[in-house]
Amino acid sequence: MAELPKHQEDLSLDTFVRGLWKENPVFVMLLGMCPTLAVSNSAINAISMGLATTFVLAGSGALISGLRNWIPKQVRIASYIVIIATFVTIVDYAIQAISLDLYAALGAFIQLIVVNCIILGRAEAYASQQRLVPTLVNSLGIGAGFTIALFALGSVREILGSGTLFGLHLFGAGFQPWVVMVLPPGGFFVLGAWLLLFNWIKQRGERRADAPTGVPANAR
Amino acid sequence: MTNDVQVEAPQAPPDATPTFAMLRTLGGISLISGLLVVLAYQFTLPIIAENQRVRTEQAVFRVVPGAVTKRDFVLTDAGLVPAGEGVQGELIYAAYDAADQLKGVAITGVGNGYAGPVTVLFNYDPACQCIVGSKILQMTETPGFGDKMETDPEFLENLKALDAKLNADGTALINPIVTVKHGTKTHPWQIDAISGATLSSNAMGKAANTAAQRATPAIQRDLAKLTAANHTGQD
Repeated sequence: MAELPKHQEDLSLDTFVRGLWKENPVFVMLLGMCPTLAVSNSAINAISMGLATTFVLAGSGALISGLRNWIPKQVRIASYIVIIATFVTIVDYAIQAISLDLYAALGAFIQLIVVNCIILGRAEAYASQQRLVPTLVNSLGIGAGFTIALFALGSVREILGSGTLFGLHLFGAGFQPWVVMVLPPGGFFVLGAWLLLFNWIKQRGERRADAPTGVPANAR
Repeated sequence: MTNDVQVEAPQAPPDATPTFAMLRTLGGISLISGLLVVLAYQFTLPIIAENQRVRTEQAVFRVVPGAVTKRDFVLTDAGLVPAGEGVQGELIYAAYDAADQLKGVAITGVGNGYAGPVTVLFNYDPACQCIVGSKILQMTETPGFGDKMETDPEFLENLKALDAKLNADGTALINPIVTVKHGTKTHPWQIDAISGATLSSNAMGKAANTAAQRATPAIQRDLAKLTAANHTGQD
């Protein structure tokens, strides 16, 4: 059994905040691209997907962290997948109970949260080594970062592609929607534009910090 | 992970995980998992069933204007059977106004469009033997093209008096409902396609035709069951 000395992280504000920016799953780690591109065609879909993923992250992270001393490393991936699948099934029922229209809009991507690498990545890299509370806080931070990223895509795509935000019309009747934005190519365009913006901000920050060692950290 | 290997490597053989520990872990986790899933299922089941009931009811009341109650019937080979008597099959919904008069019958049809199936609920009026309204329940047609079926007033005009008269035997439509090229509609059983969204318009025609071909013979034969005022309890 893997009872080895692990580096235990102390709970701090950074445990939560780094998921928002420094380790943002979409804009920095570029993980979970499949739901990011597929369901970010409207703001409400994006936020719902983000919240569903956050719930799975937090639930599975807490359980894995709580059981971390009882899970032998040989069967850890199988254990993590069963735990993650359990929370995905719960969230699947919950969304059906909340709204059938939302359930239809998100489609298969709710079940596909199981294979979202953000969640297995968190389980392997964090929850399996850290105590319960830091794991929960960190998962919520990563989930919030994912939700914010999806909303950044979803709001832009909905405004440009449908002329609405959360279903409310923003422009007059003469507005001709830029339909490609709610179609799959729009997802790539908007994601590309956001990545461009964030990397530009990051590089500028690095240059301002006047670090002569600085190779731009945007390799991916 | 690299730390693990360094610490464990010298004493690896005697420290191997016993099979029992692995079985215990997997068994325990499966047990917790099963428990959580069953709890979630049991808790959400009535809420989901209620959501589905409300959604169907709202769709029926929207497609049949003026309706305030509905009764569900199952379409069988032997005719219409009130739903809830253990018979499985396609459902049709008879909708009634406040005075308990039959306002229309909501029937469902599916046609394959450009990007997948298009499911439509139609309002069939048994008196004029025609389709007098429609509502798309589900589709994945391209935004800006195929989804005009829901909004284009010219197209919706097609579905306000779409002929669905039965032949003399009452077994099939005299004239099957078809979608025709934009601007070439000449008969009341034709649907004038939206220019630029022909495949989606075809799906609407196919949905209307399958719905009418399957449901209207039974509805006309068992019209007495639908108009009878004695409600059997399932609204």
